Amino acid sequence: MDITGIKQISVSLSDEVLDLNDTHRMTKIKHVAAPLSDKNVLDLVCGDMVYLSGVIYTARDVAHKRMLQAMDEGLDLPFDINGQVLYYVGPCPARPPRPFGSCGPTTSFRMDAYTPALLDRGLRGMIGKGRRSQYVVDSMKKNAAVYFAAIGGAGAAISRTVKKAEIVAYEDLGPEAVYKLEIVDFPCIVAIDSAGADLYEFGPELYRK
Amino acid sequence: MREIQSSHISDAVERLCLKAAFDLGDPVEERIRAFAKREESEFGKYIFGQILENIDYARNEQIAICQDTGSVILFVDVGQDLHISGGDLIGALNEGVRRGYMSGYLRKSICSDPVFDRKNTGDNTPAVIHTEIVAGDRLKIAILPKGGGSENMGTLKMLLPSQGLNGIKEFVLQSVIDAGGNPCPPIIVGVGIGGSMDKAAYLAKKALTREIGLPNPNPDYANLEDELLEAINATGIGPQGLGGRITALAVHIEYFPTHITQLPVAVNLNCHAARYAEILL
Repeated sequence: MDITGIKQISVSLSDEVLDLNDTHRMTKIKHVAAPLSDKNVLDLVCGDMVYLSGVIYTARDVAHKRMLQAMDEGLDLPFDINGQVLYYVGPCPARPPRPFGSCGPTTSFRMDAYTPALLDRGLRGMIGKGRRSQYVVDSMKKNAAVYFAAIGGAGAAISRTVKKAEIVAYEDLGPEAVYKLEIVDFPCIVAIDSAGADLYEFGPELYRK
Repeated sequence: MREIQSSHISDAVERLCLKAAFDLGDPVEERIRAFAKREESEFGKYIFGQILENIDYARNEQIAICQDTGSVILFVDVGQDLHISGGDLIGALNEGVRRGYMSGYLRKSICSDPVFDRKNTGDNTPAVIHTEIVAGDRLKIAILPKGGGSENMGTLKMLLPSQGLNGIKEFVLQSVIDAGGNPCPPIIVGVGIGGSMDKAAYLAKKALTREIGLPNPNPDYANLEDELLEAINATGIGPQGLGGRITALAVHIEYFPTHITQLPVAVNLNCHAARYAEILL
């Protein structure tokens, strides 16, 4: 799948960003399609602000554990992971008629131990919050993958970007089941790119007094 | 002696669960808005904008501000001249939580056993309940739904009295630095000092129930709060840990007399979605 085009909007970031009714007047938002192509991944640079659209899958602690068990046993994963983006989230139940409940990111490092095996298998992107271990960054460089930070604690607004949700595996896990999500303009920031540049590293350095 | 029906208590707790989950209180929202103006980083400004939009949207749509609707922490002050009839207090409080988390489509996140059987209880009970017997015949219930991201970053240390003020400052600051982006900054930093190990941890949590930005009435502790807030906001961690001027919105300290050999310090962090509601029955 190709990149859907990068829209450059040249409005400088000042107080407009806080204008609740006009959140699209943001600078440098890249519109990116999921699943990710090679070109998508390589074009994304640490610090890019992104609106992600397309299909992504949710998975967190126990779903990761089960996927790795399946791989160990030589079984298929519940979906073709090649090129896919995993979103670390455990949503609220959906209040009808909404397709999905509140759904902000969970802390990513709990998934670190499982991540290199999935990257080796074709996983190209992850969405979560917080830092990753060095061995995850190394595996991302090796496999050309990208890590997006979504905004923790903004789960209600994020749920607006989910247009459709269906459970594809591990329904017994409730909020931890694997969902296939169709998203439009899901807001996130490239925290670690495929070259290993890490915004969690140099972002705070810029503002340390 | 005044009497109150346990069903009345359950009803009140159900409403508190919904209010806290959907509607961030005005003081926190105003504080976020004020601090947003001081943020200099591009990402930080963007994140503040998204946070404010989220608060507004959750309130209008009556959906959870954050999907981690937390462990329910209840602070319950029971007047000694009040009689509860129709059922026990703890049962009534948990019944309210059960109903609130079902009717509000809130996430149920409690495991029945921490080690051997981490099975979801399915209704977000039991709540963590702190009761205190107080003068009078009223019942005050305060709810602090606490998400895992921030709670997991809490710390406690039994300092030596000789480590004093500097030891406290270093420990609090290091706790915030180690937490980085995980507790969803901009955070509120609750600090409990003194008492015993358990009392310090309790005070750190209790500090998060104080209206945001109100200083400790003791000027020594109020100054320490200011000093720590400035030091924390000089770390550069910033909104979501991606770099910026605003890492914390407030530092709240609570203290208690302690043993001659001790200086316990506990740090309990709260995320920017600092949900809280209370009712007086």
